[in-house]
Amino acid sequence: MNAVVKRFPVRLDVRRGAVDMTHGSGGRAMAQLIEELFVKHLDNELLRQANDQASFTVGSGRMVMSTDGHVISPLFFPGGDIGSLAVHGTINDVAMSGARPLYLSAGFILEEGFPLADLDRIVASMAGAATAAGVPVVTGDTKVVEKGKGDGVFITTTGVGVVPEGVQISGDRARAGDAVLVSGSMGDHGVTIMSSRENLEFETAIKSDSAALHELVADMVAAVPEIHCLRDPTRGGLATTLNELAQQSGVGMVLQEDSIPIKPAVLAACELLGLDPLYIANEGKLICICAQADAERLLKVMQAHPLGRQAAMVGEVVEDPHGFVQMQTSFGGSRIVDWLAGEQLPRIC
Amino acid sequence: MRYVDEFRQRELAQQLAAAIRKEADPQRQYNLMEFCGGHTHAIFRYGVQDLMPSNVHFVHGPGCPVCVLPVGRIDNAIQLVEQHDVILCTYGDMLRVPASGRKSLLKIKAGGADIRMVYSTQDALRIARDNPDRQVVFFAIGFETTTPPTAVAIKQARTEALDNFSVFSNHVLTPAAIQNILESPEVREMGSVSIDGFFGPSHVSSIIGSRPYEFFAEEFQRPVVIAGFEPLDVMQSALMLIRQLNEGRHEVENEYTRVVTREGNTKAQSLVAEVFELRRTFEWRGLGLVPYSALQIKKAFAGLDAEQRFHVPAISASDVKGCECPSILRGVKRPTDCKLFGTVCTPENPMGSCMVSSEGACAAYWSYGRFRQPEKSDTREDAA
Repeated sequence: MNAVVKRFPVRLDVRRGAVDMTHGSGGRAMAQLIEELFVKHLDNELLRQANDQASFTVGSGRMVMSTDGHVISPLFFPGGDIGSLAVHGTINDVAMSGARPLYLSAGFILEEGFPLADLDRIVASMAGAATAAGVPVVTGDTKVVEKGKGDGVFITTTGVGVVPEGVQISGDRARAGDAVLVSGSMGDHGVTIMSSRENLEFETAIKSDSAALHELVADMVAAVPEIHCLRDPTRGGLATTLNELAQQSGVGMVLQEDSIPIKPAVLAACELLGLDPLYIANEGKLICICAQADAERLLKVMQAHPLGRQAAMVGEVVEDPHGFVQMQTSFGGSRIVDWLAGEQLPRIC
Repeated sequence: MRYVDEFRQRELAQQLAAAIRKEADPQRQYNLMEFCGGHTHAIFRYGVQDLMPSNVHFVHGPGCPVCVLPVGRIDNAIQLVEQHDVILCTYGDMLRVPASGRKSLLKIKAGGADIRMVYSTQDALRIARDNPDRQVVFFAIGFETTTPPTAVAIKQARTEALDNFSVFSNHVLTPAAIQNILESPEVREMGSVSIDGFFGPSHVSSIIGSRPYEFFAEEFQRPVVIAGFEPLDVMQSALMLIRQLNEGRHEVENEYTRVVTREGNTKAQSLVAEVFELRRTFEWRGLGLVPYSALQIKKAFAGLDAEQRFHVPAISASDVKGCECPSILRGVKRPTDCKLFGTVCTPENPMGSCMVSSEGACAAYWSYGRFRQPEKSDTREDAA
């Protein structure tokens, strides 16, 4: 944007202003919002070109692409907000293929009346997360819907990345005998969101674990390129994600309840609300399935990374035509860990 | 977690399991009914039956508030929303229970009905205060445990003169249901079902005390042990029941002494007595019409009674064809005996109420225990 001439004589009133229908009209008001709010924070060379698309060259190899809509309520929560979450969520989805994420796009659906100050805070947080991750937002879109037709702001992000040579990670590659690893404690994000909902407020020191996992994944893939499956246990938690993988691979799994890391405060909140922490969403954790022989080495690599300190082996893959995920309970019995049924908590991400 | 972990210790579980194995007479079968869904849930979630000898059987009872509510009462709730345009406040599990005509509260909510999931009666009162132009109805369900908070809400609404608030009472009583099961022909004539003893409810008993069970322990000569909801509570209580049976006793014993007394919570009892009175009869899913087994709002509070305010009709609706919930709730059949179980009826698409709540026997079997019954050939070993 060659802003030699001052294009907008009156600056956007970020402090007191609100989104109105003109911000999505394609006219001058929209251009100003983009320039003085979105580009201001997310600034990078590709975005600055102000085209309807970002144009970049890519090296040879396999590319991956992933998209993720974010409708979380509340928009701001301990440990993050919808902006940082939208960056982390898509980076993680790209990274779970073993890929190095390169670029992101962001689509905003704004509700008429949404305070610009909140939007500014969200976009700044998004920019912070993108910069920290080294994955820029290079193209975007803004739409405005009438008051009552949205809920403040929804953000859709899309990401692309490149998979290193020799890496073949997929949800259908779990084999009997494989080890099941998790990168840290389960349930932090979901419990944080629950505790900050207006109809369910309770005090807890837990923060969302929202984080970009691509660097942890890069370390893991460098150490063991033969990793079979990676997936981040977001909605539906560990239980549902393992069931997805078991179904995709046509195998069963047996977990050891004792070895699944869960923070005492998360356990306590779940106890209070009658929830099972295995079904609670995470936003900065991954599940890794690998050959038993690679498990120890991978665990060490994970534990050496700040986002994998509490990594643990939680079970193994077994042959099972029913595809059951079973668990040896700490109590000494066994049970199924089934798919999540119904909706445990809407709008968690 | 203090006060929780103590009741889930593996070492103690092993010791109790050893004691049960030692004391259970291999020559006899022990059929122990856990009345409450809370116990059913604990048994499955912690895998308690893995620790029991093969001749000790858990028979799952009707103590799941969502499960026992008949279809007609859910149809009533749907009518309140569709015909009277009320805001209906309900506990989450009720949303998915199937009603007549393939409806459910969840489905009509998706169709635009104003149905709010609440966590307590206080949430419902708040919604009434926030929406003075709308009628707000609290869909009250549950056994004696959830009744006192409903009584509190009714009194509070009266004090605040919240004219747009009312309660659709479906509160039911535990002792009447247990007695009904024991009087049923299947049990009485020692035909298809044998129930040798009961795990008494834990939370319910914290309100009503252990005394109400004394009558039928004596009358029907079945031991009752009031049991907490933690897995060690269940095991300890199983041991106590086995001992009573071995010794030919049929007493009310209290394992859950950390909460339950013989008299119960008298303050809560008087609060309930102030607002509620016995219904002459009430329909239960599975048990049919059970005399004096439910509560209605007293005349003094009639203004807050949704049944009066909206002239709620009595509807008798039938369950889905083939659904065995009624027999399962009486302990006559097991979930795996039902043709719908796991075929068309799953937690994602429940046809019967027992598949809805995590306290329902079918949902517990399906979600936690179905690896034990990979084929549908399971039959009750304890059937005579």
